[in-house]
Amino acid sequence: MKKLLIFIPFLILNCAQADQTLKKIKDNGIVVMGVRESSGALSYTLGNGKYVGYHIDICNKVLAGIQKQLGIKKLEIKYLPVTSQNRIPLIQNGTIDIECGSTTNNLSRQKDVAFAVTTFVEEVRMAVLAKSGISSISQLGGKTIATTTGTTSVQTLRKHERATGINFKEIYGKDHSDSFLLLESGRADAFVMDGTILSGNIARAKNPSDFKIVGEVLSIEPIAIMLRKDDPDFKKAVDENIKGIIKSGEIAKLWNKWFMQPIPPTNIKVGIPVNENTKLAWANPNDKPMEEYTTKK
Amino acid sequence: MSSFFQWKIFLQDTGGGQTYLQWLISAWGWTLAVSFCSWAIAIIVGVFIGIIRTLPNKFLLFIGNTWTEVFRNIPLIIQIFIWYHVIPSIFLSLRQVPPFILVVIALGFFTSARISELVKAGMESLSKGQLQAGLALGLTRSQTYRYILLPLAFRIIIPPLTSESMNIIKNSSVAFAVSISELTMFALQAGEETSRNIEIFFATTFLYFVSAFAVNRLALYIENRLKLPGAIGGAR
Repeated sequence: MKKLLIFIPFLILNCAQADQTLKKIKDNGIVVMGVRESSGALSYTLGNGKYVGYHIDICNKVLAGIQKQLGIKKLEIKYLPVTSQNRIPLIQNGTIDIECGSTTNNLSRQKDVAFAVTTFVEEVRMAVLAKSGISSISQLGGKTIATTTGTTSVQTLRKHERATGINFKEIYGKDHSDSFLLLESGRADAFVMDGTILSGNIARAKNPSDFKIVGEVLSIEPIAIMLRKDDPDFKKAVDENIKGIIKSGEIAKLWNKWFMQPIPPTNIKVGIPVNENTKLAWANPNDKPMEEYTTKK
Repeated sequence: MSSFFQWKIFLQDTGGGQTYLQWLISAWGWTLAVSFCSWAIAIIVGVFIGIIRTLPNKFLLFIGNTWTEVFRNIPLIIQIFIWYHVIPSIFLSLRQVPPFILVVIALGFFTSARISELVKAGMESLSKGQLQAGLALGLTRSQTYRYILLPLAFRIIIPPLTSESMNIIKNSSVAFAVSISELTMFALQAGEETSRNIEIFFATTFLYFVSAFAVNRLALYIENRLKLPGAIGGAR
């Protein structure tokens, strides 16, 4: 135990070496990318330490660009899986340099970390059984709504309930497939979640035609690549590279690759075309937080 | 770093008209409620199953052993899944049962298997002569159990029973899987909403520790009060 205590000061010191990621990359020839085990088509694992997805492709292109700018011959990219609980501390203490997952850019996180320009805008929607006849959130009075523990959708629902006065019962699945099972088995009348996750789950269902995504957009969330705070040089380098990918049209190709075409390991299509908000974010690259996006009421 | 330990996040509004602190307290209440109710079921069922496993009746012994092995050998989270998803899809009327009841039954039965094992071990640690002497004195078997064997066996198993009672508080965290807003769910959800996982996990860890430690102290007190001079573990 005493031996472990010795490490504590080092952990704290680690937090201090936050700045100058570019120099760190140049000196060591290594960059550590935080990735997710299963964040839809954005960032997920194929097993055996292989990580793929829309955001991982973007990050690899960005890092290749940075390698060129720094003029280093070899840049080793290490992948480290992170969770929604540890991703912010790990980026703060320098364990990872860039996080390419599914992190929503919001004001409370901007106090701790920085975000690259938005590459993906998520719309929170609801999925229902096609035969249920539900087409709007206003029809959900007295109904049961499923969502997943540990997601911002829970808070979205809570706020919505308070604002509209429509009373519904919420149940929480422990993960997305659990929540989807609640809808599939009829325990819940609707499943409120990020549109890509809903589409992904429906695509993998036994009978995808039994389900429908309906109703208004409940919340709009800019999803971005996460970086350390107070490192303007690195942020600028990442932003410039992303803007390059947007301008060259590569980003639209990547969207097509991950969201319109069959993807591994199951070769099923997610099947969502680029939404309006994402197009706007590509047209005017920015790092506005979620709070500056408003849903149409 | 300036951003470490911002305890004031607990005073933030959750967006539903209460603060995170209020939510934390109510989550603690759910954890204790799940733990206590499951514990009550576990004790009642566990003692019953433990006793029938010591009786000279093959059929009861078979029932008792099956119960213990089934509930002890299936991982808890899978048992919860079976109670919550599988059984209600066979018996549709069970869907109306609140998840609180399901998780209390699941956790109670799981722990009852472990308690039955303790009770059986406690009984077997007593010498055979105790039972024979009781019967020879003209007591019936149930009287011998009631007045001689069980009081001794219970005193012997108080320490492992304490561990089980502390375990049940920690195991109650599986209730989050069936949508009960207890401490683990609070930690996952509030951590996501506030992005301050370190503070949130500190607070929940502290409450788990306090709850389990309180059980430990209470059990120690009971153990000391019940000590019998001359019985196993009772000489002091």
